[in-house]
Amino acid sequence: MADKNGFFDLSKTTLSRRTALKGMAAGAGLALAPGFVRYSQAQSSAPIKIGFQSHRTGIGAAYGRWYERTSAAAVKAINDAGGISGRPVELVIEDDGTDPARGAEVVAKFAKQHKTDIVFGTLFSHVVIGSAPAAGENKIPYFVVSEGHHVASTKLNRYVFQPGITDVKSQIQAMAPWIAANAGKKVTQIFPDFAFGYDHRDYLPPALKAQGADVIAQIAIPPTESSFTKYFPQIPAETEVIYHVMVGPAVLTFVKELGEFYGSQRPQLFGFIDSLEAVDINSPGLEFLDGSHFWEGSPRYAQPDDSAAQKAYRAAVGIDDNGAAVGDPKDVSTAAHMFGCWETLYVVKKAMEDAGYKGPEDRAKLVEATEALKEFAEGPEHPQGPKTFNGKIHQCFGIQNISKVEGGKLKVVHKTKIEDGLYEPEGDYTTQAL
Amino acid sequence: MRDASPAKAYALHIAVVALLFVLNFVLPDYHQGLFARIMALAVFAMGYNLLFGYVGLLSLGHAMFFSAGLYGAGLTVYHLGWGVPEAFVAGVACGALLALVIGLLALRTSGVAFMIGTMMFAQVFYLLILYFAAWTGGDQGLVIQQASRVVTVGGDALDLTDPTVRYMSALALFAVVLLITLALVRSRFGRVLVAIRENEERTKMLGYDTGANKLAAVVASGAVCAASGAAYALLFGYVGSSFASVQYSILPLLWVLLGGAATTLGPLIGTLFMYYVTDITSGFTSAYLLIVGVALILLVLFFPKGVLGSIRQRWLGWLP
Repeated sequence: MADKNGFFDLSKTTLSRRTALKGMAAGAGLALAPGFVRYSQAQSSAPIKIGFQSHRTGIGAAYGRWYERTSAAAVKAINDAGGISGRPVELVIEDDGTDPARGAEVVAKFAKQHKTDIVFGTLFSHVVIGSAPAAGENKIPYFVVSEGHHVASTKLNRYVFQPGITDVKSQIQAMAPWIAANAGKKVTQIFPDFAFGYDHRDYLPPALKAQGADVIAQIAIPPTESSFTKYFPQIPAETEVIYHVMVGPAVLTFVKELGEFYGSQRPQLFGFIDSLEAVDINSPGLEFLDGSHFWEGSPRYAQPDDSAAQKAYRAAVGIDDNGAAVGDPKDVSTAAHMFGCWETLYVVKKAMEDAGYKGPEDRAKLVEATEALKEFAEGPEHPQGPKTFNGKIHQCFGIQNISKVEGGKLKVVHKTKIEDGLYEPEGDYTTQAL
Repeated sequence: MRDASPAKAYALHIAVVALLFVLNFVLPDYHQGLFARIMALAVFAMGYNLLFGYVGLLSLGHAMFFSAGLYGAGLTVYHLGWGVPEAFVAGVACGALLALVIGLLALRTSGVAFMIGTMMFAQVFYLLILYFAAWTGGDQGLVIQQASRVVTVGGDALDLTDPTVRYMSALALFAVVLLITLALVRSRFGRVLVAIRENEERTKMLGYDTGANKLAAVVASGAVCAASGAAYALLFGYVGSSFASVQYSILPLLWVLLGGAATTLGPLIGTLFMYYVTDITSGFTSAYLLIVGVALILLVLFFPKGVLGSIRQRWLGWLP
């Protein structure tokens, strides 16, 4: 090895301080070079970017605010526990204005500009349906927390999933037996004359029929209506239960006028808490609801039998025992729905880890891994309760809560079983090409 | 229009189309998609401009013409399984027919009454979409599946969901409508429309049938807006009632005012500006509409005739 010049004589090699510093600087420069960082992090610790399509403005803003809080809490919990496959999770938020056209643009922006791994978090059905084509075209998995039946209807595409909240068709079917057995068998429906109302209009009558009860009248109220008194005479006198799903700012007027119409002698009332999400149940005018029943996905008020996971979830999200923001009793949460964000993010974590997901090139694998999921056990990741997942229709099925308004609070009086809400699949997404 | 130099005007318009063509190859992915959307909607603004800019009729109901095209194309694909070209023609025909009917009724009025009348008709149209939710999908809308959005040209299948095909399709529609608009406004018919805007009584006295000309303008405007709606449904795969809401009647008005009413390229500039201000500012604040509002106020203060209208007034008098 040794030669005259000592070039290859290691014994003669000396490392001066200047040379060492140069070498270290070069090494550091290389490590800090953008390309190198990207490469090394992609292999190990680059964040998994989740595009959060948020309703920050528009009609869904109250939901959007709480969906963001819940998602941020879930991301923190996931990151504190080591992230997804050891990689941290980062939420990238874009406002869709609760508008389907803007929603589609936002999905494309996530896919092409932010280059997020998935898109997540949409609630309003028309935004989901408007955005779904963009998700399919960009081949980016789109995890929604919408409650609508649109995903399970298999009318969207293979990239759209709803694994964190049960769809409304299943919810209605699961609650019909309790309504027929406990509230009454002659039901009058009052619903807004648009799609949210139509789900109830279409799914409730067959579900009640199967339980030996009947919908004896259906009263559709135009979305532009601000006074409801003129509709109440249409309620048949023999009505035993009024099933109401009014939504929007007019709901307070609706309840107040219904109270004035009936006085103290009223039929049973059964409603969807969607009407009063983010609204204080003790607001003036809502006294008439005392003793009535509501569907809740997850209970707004802390219950005596809450699991440790439910308590931990509520603490992490920052809601007090009354379902309002800790420190601000007037900031009432959208508790019945927002748990879906928490649970969906854990489903994403599970599916990514199952798929060995490394980056956008593995999105198809992520779709298949999600479709392969079967059930989610109740626990810290699924505090609302256990769920099953049908990979063919991309929809989960969980338990539902029926709560009674008592003393200004909502008390859970019945929990449905998962099987109460199962129905025949209407199609199969897995037959579509990826 | 002071210097009626057709060569200059046509050269400028062809250059704009050529620039948009080149942009397809240089724009980043996201902006390529956004430009496709902007070009499709700029056609909507051009249709609106035809009536508002050149005839001086302020309509607050043009969302119905856009939606007539949107649903005319979307529903024929969704329910009848029609191909893309037939559906596009159906959409344009629906818009033209609706415009004819609305024109016959609404043109009995003028000024504020015309504005309110068109708004009311659009509201009826919007509520009809909700009423017939079993077919239209109501407020949730309908998805036109990717498989239905393929055009076969000479044995080759063109997938409208492909970013380049979509961009080029939007550009083709934009270019055709732009050149037709340019030809139209430079034609005898276009000059009669401007005459009506400036002084309808005098135009009448000169022997022109202003009623027939206005009706023709409403139909042409409705058909162009419907072409935009039909293209939107077929290119982006979603048909929903929000496109028929009053917001989509006001948007083309804003785009045209911003870009310059009665300028052929103004609608493109206005649409482009509004889209990008919204897109960029929404990344920083949820109060982005406030910023859009401030931007609009500043534009009105410093460019009262819109960007191109003011440029034409101050520097380039030949701009069509």
